[in-house]
Amino acid sequence: MKMNESQKVKIKARNVTVHYGEARALHGIDLDLNANEVTALIGPSGCGKSTFLRCINRMNDVIDGCRVGGSVSIDEQNIYSDAVDVVELRARVGMVFQKPNPFPKSIYDNVAYGPRIHGMAPSRSELDHMVEVSLKRAGLWDEVKDRLSASGTSLSGGQQQRLCIARAIAVSPDIVLMDEPCSALDPIATAVIEELMEELRRDYTIVIVTHSMQQAARISQRTAYFHLGDLVEHGQTQAIFTNPENKQTEAYISGKIG
Amino acid sequence: MSISFLFLCLLGLGAFSFLFGRRRIRGLTAMAGVKQHSRDVYHGSFVAVCAVLVPLIILLAWSGLSPLLIDAMLEDFLRRQSPDLSIGEMGVLIAKVKAYFVGSLPEAFANDLIRDGTDYFAALVDNSATARSFVVLLLGLCGAALGLRLLAPRFTARPAVERVFEIVMIVASAIAILTTIGIVLSLIFETLRFFDTVPVMEFLFGLSWSPQIAIREDQVGGSGSFGAIPLFAGTMMITFIAMLVAVPIGLMSAVYLSEYANPKLRGIAKPGIEILAGIPTVVYGFFAALMVAPFLRDSGAEIGLTLSSESALAAGLVMGIMIIPFISSLSDDVINAVPQTLRDGAAALGATQSETIRQVVLPAALPGIVSAILLAMSRAIGETMIVVMAAGVAANLTANPFESVTTVTVQIVMLLVGDQEFDSAKTLAAFALGLVLFFITLLLNVLALYVVNRFKEQYD
Amino acid sequence: MTDYSDPDFRAARLKKRYQAEKRFRAYGMAAIITAGLILVFLLSSIIYSSLPAFSHHHVRLDINISEDYVATDTPEEGNYLGLVRAALRDHFPQVTGRRDKRALYKILSIGASDAVEARVKNDPRLIGTQISLYVPLSDDIDLMLKGLIDRNLPESDRIVSDRDLAFVDKLAEENRIERKFAFALFTNGDSREPEMAGINGALAGSLWTLLVTLIVSFPLGVLAAIYLEEVAPKNRYTALIEVNINNLAAVPSIVYGLLGLAVFINFFHLPRSAPLVGGLVLALMTLPRIIIPTRAAFAAIPPSIREAALGVGASRTQVIMHHVLPLAMPGILTGTIIGLAQAAGETAPLLMIGMMAFIVDVPTEVTAKATVLPAQIYMWANNPERAFVARTSAGIVVLLTLLLVVNAAAIYFRRRFEKRW
Repeated sequence: MKMNESQKVKIKARNVTVHYGEARALHGIDLDLNANEVTALIGPSGCGKSTFLRCINRMNDVIDGCRVGGSVSIDEQNIYSDAVDVVELRARVGMVFQKPNPFPKSIYDNVAYGPRIHGMAPSRSELDHMVEVSLKRAGLWDEVKDRLSASGTSLSGGQQQRLCIARAIAVSPDIVLMDEPCSALDPIATAVIEELMEELRRDYTIVIVTHSMQQAARISQRTAYFHLGDLVEHGQTQAIFTNPENKQTEAYISGKIG
Repeated sequence: MSISFLFLCLLGLGAFSFLFGRRRIRGLTAMAGVKQHSRDVYHGSFVAVCAVLVPLIILLAWSGLSPLLIDAMLEDFLRRQSPDLSIGEMGVLIAKVKAYFVGSLPEAFANDLIRDGTDYFAALVDNSATARSFVVLLLGLCGAALGLRLLAPRFTARPAVERVFEIVMIVASAIAILTTIGIVLSLIFETLRFFDTVPVMEFLFGLSWSPQIAIREDQVGGSGSFGAIPLFAGTMMITFIAMLVAVPIGLMSAVYLSEYANPKLRGIAKPGIEILAGIPTVVYGFFAALMVAPFLRDSGAEIGLTLSSESALAAGLVMGIMIIPFISSLSDDVINAVPQTLRDGAAALGATQSETIRQVVLPAALPGIVSAILLAMSRAIGETMIVVMAAGVAANLTANPFESVTTVTVQIVMLLVGDQEFDSAKTLAAFALGLVLFFITLLLNVLALYVVNRFKEQYD
Repeated sequence: MTDYSDPDFRAARLKKRYQAEKRFRAYGMAAIITAGLILVFLLSSIIYSSLPAFSHHHVRLDINISEDYVATDTPEEGNYLGLVRAALRDHFPQVTGRRDKRALYKILSIGASDAVEARVKNDPRLIGTQISLYVPLSDDIDLMLKGLIDRNLPESDRIVSDRDLAFVDKLAEENRIERKFAFALFTNGDSREPEMAGINGALAGSLWTLLVTLIVSFPLGVLAAIYLEEVAPKNRYTALIEVNINNLAAVPSIVYGLLGLAVFINFFHLPRSAPLVGGLVLALMTLPRIIIPTRAAFAAIPPSIREAALGVGASRTQVIMHHVLPLAMPGILTGTIIGLAQAAGETAPLLMIGMMAFIVDVPTEVTAKATVLPAQIYMWANNPERAFVARTSAGIVVLLTLLLVVNAAAIYFRRRFEKRW
């Protein structure tokens, strides 16, 4: 399919460096992430992909001793500037974690939590509506619509992860970050979520960290390859996998390293 | 010889036997030229066990049971001298004899019967002590000799000693278990005797507590009432006040220390709270009675309130202070046990830290917190010294915290401190109260365990 | 539809949420500060009220150890009270009349004659000579000199009479009054007079009692824990036993006192108020508090160590004694020390078995009548005389210091020797 050259850039990372105490985890990353695309971040363990992901919604702020340098801009606004409120930022940038972490509340309350604290739905019927829409978009509605008051932790692993996706998109973010969302799931649940992502990217920008190159090849439009804190290569997924420019990338793709 | 001295003698004998046995086995092995089955220490230990085990048991049994036998013989002797004494009078006579024996009964109160009784008693005690020393030491020496005789290079000393060791361990465990049975049985036994005199219903549901008992059968006006409701009410009121103080302070401290505080503050505050936990309750009682109660009474007087100098408020406040570390450290543990990934999930949605704590962490930790509160209540209900020193003695059924009330534990102390005859209904009432106390605290503890197990989320 | 798209609404809501955050943090900080202030207030008020007890005013008297009062060959039968009174009369020759003389004698403590007696018994050659000796003043005079009894109050409101005030002022003018450290607090047993009352007897009683507690509960507790954790099969019964022991740890201490009363005193006729019985009661109470941490210490040791020992042919007992027990020792000792410290502060169960008697002599034996330090504190706290307030606080200071030292030792122990697996 012909690439649309004027794809809008949603997230701009310039010279992003991250230190955990004395150790340097990311070395000057420059990367553009486009709107309404799935961008995959791949690379061997410990190479900084998750660290970079967490820079985008400033979850690294939560970690003691973590220092972030450089700039990350969303819609041309540097999210690390003092003018940006981190609580608001995280309503715009949602996150799904590696291991599903539903709150020990009902399914309804899990999804409703975000809208409630941000004051997005003042009336109960509006809240009901938002919950239903989110669950439908996450592909979970049909399975749980009769038991919205059941505990979120009573679902299967795959369902829990979809619940977490519903929870994340309930606050209407622009961007959804996913940190190895399928690594704790079985193949069938994984397939369901991969299908989901193709639908979700119509409304959201998705950045996904994945350990599986095959998954990256399946679902992403652009891929970035990280190695030991450096961004080695990035570009169209097809190009990266069939004709990588960098030798290191090629070694990783063909399984020689990692 | 006193029991301590005999005990030390046995210890010494054991040490000697050990050393002797060790030397002997080395000699035997050298002579026989075969390989020893067990190491020297086991042979030594074997001889020591032979020397000490049986005599020790005899020593303990004798010391425990001979007073009973001696008392029975004394009573027999006295009864032969004056057959028509009542049980009460006999008890008083025996007490007088014993007092005269230690020299604390003035000559003026003594008579020939008492002097004869004392001579007899003295003879019994002496003979018993002498016989005890003789038997214990003789058995010890014989045991040591027997052990030495049995030593041989191929003798399986180690398994023998280990077997004895295992039996000793089992006995030790049995004692720990027997304690519970002992508590329950002794309480129940005395309580049943109490309910012979006072009906159960009056005790559990009566509204008037005034434990006066006629000292002599012909005494007029000695009617007592044993309705325990005022005690239960007083206990609950003071416990409630204590919880009002302890739960907010304890819980919020735990939340702040585990979620917000930096390591330096945590390093100071946590041990600080532990210090509150280590202060003996008699100190809290003194503080309550001599500093808090007068302060409350005087401040109350200035704003027009009348507080008793033994107000439930004073006792409850200090009791609450004592319980703060309890709730704080238990809550701290459960809050820390909530997985970090839940906090991350909430943070990623854009929640502030207090929203995360209030709406995600605390609800997740709720079973543990409820359990902590139940355990703290149990502790407050069973607490004695603070209320003995700061709360009242007279039963008072009221909901006013400015008045003085009394609690179950205070009454147990008041009923028993002093020289009562053991059989009187007053003393037995203390046991009945103790049984109630035991069951309530047991119930709360079991409930606390149940709450945690039933509602705990499994995070894997 | 909601105003969520309105940036003003969002800004206002965000502000409210941050304010709620600040308030919540403030509540937490306030809770900690409150707890801290309470602790500071509690300790400082007790320490402050204990200070008067550590010193006592003495007066230097010139005493003529005349043979009218003390015979040279029987110094222990001397009339030392007479000696002291004679010394006072000699010093104030203008005092005649029985009532005035009685007032004069009142300014001294009954310990004054004890001080002279001790001096003479120590050195009988003093008989027939004149000596100059510091003897203690009465507790009321002492309080007045310390300013705790207001001398400006009218005489009817004051415990110290004007006459006595005059005597004391005269002696003070002659520079005969000195404030000395109150050794009596530490060397004496209990007494009806506050200035003579000391904690020596109670301390000794506490030591004897804790000795019995340690000897009984430590071996039993550790052995029981070893058996339950390492040897016994894991089935329903042992699980029940574990629940049982956990419950025992939470039983109120007064119930143990009742148990001791019913079983040790009334069934076994052991002597009331003896450290033996007190120690046994506390031992039963401490047993679960030793078993539980000991079991935890054993459980923390990884099974690989046991497997390695078995692999080289050690017997089960040898595995426990040679390999597991030494590794668990730090945890066991810490738990034991903490358990003993808690037992040292217990009062209620000991009241039940009668350790509330008035004990003057230091107990020398495990079956002698004794009391313990917390019980002594309780008894002094009940005494209405003013001087006993400071005494009680002083006793508390000593108790808390001892507990602090013991607990600090336990924590040091734990830090130094604890291994993390």
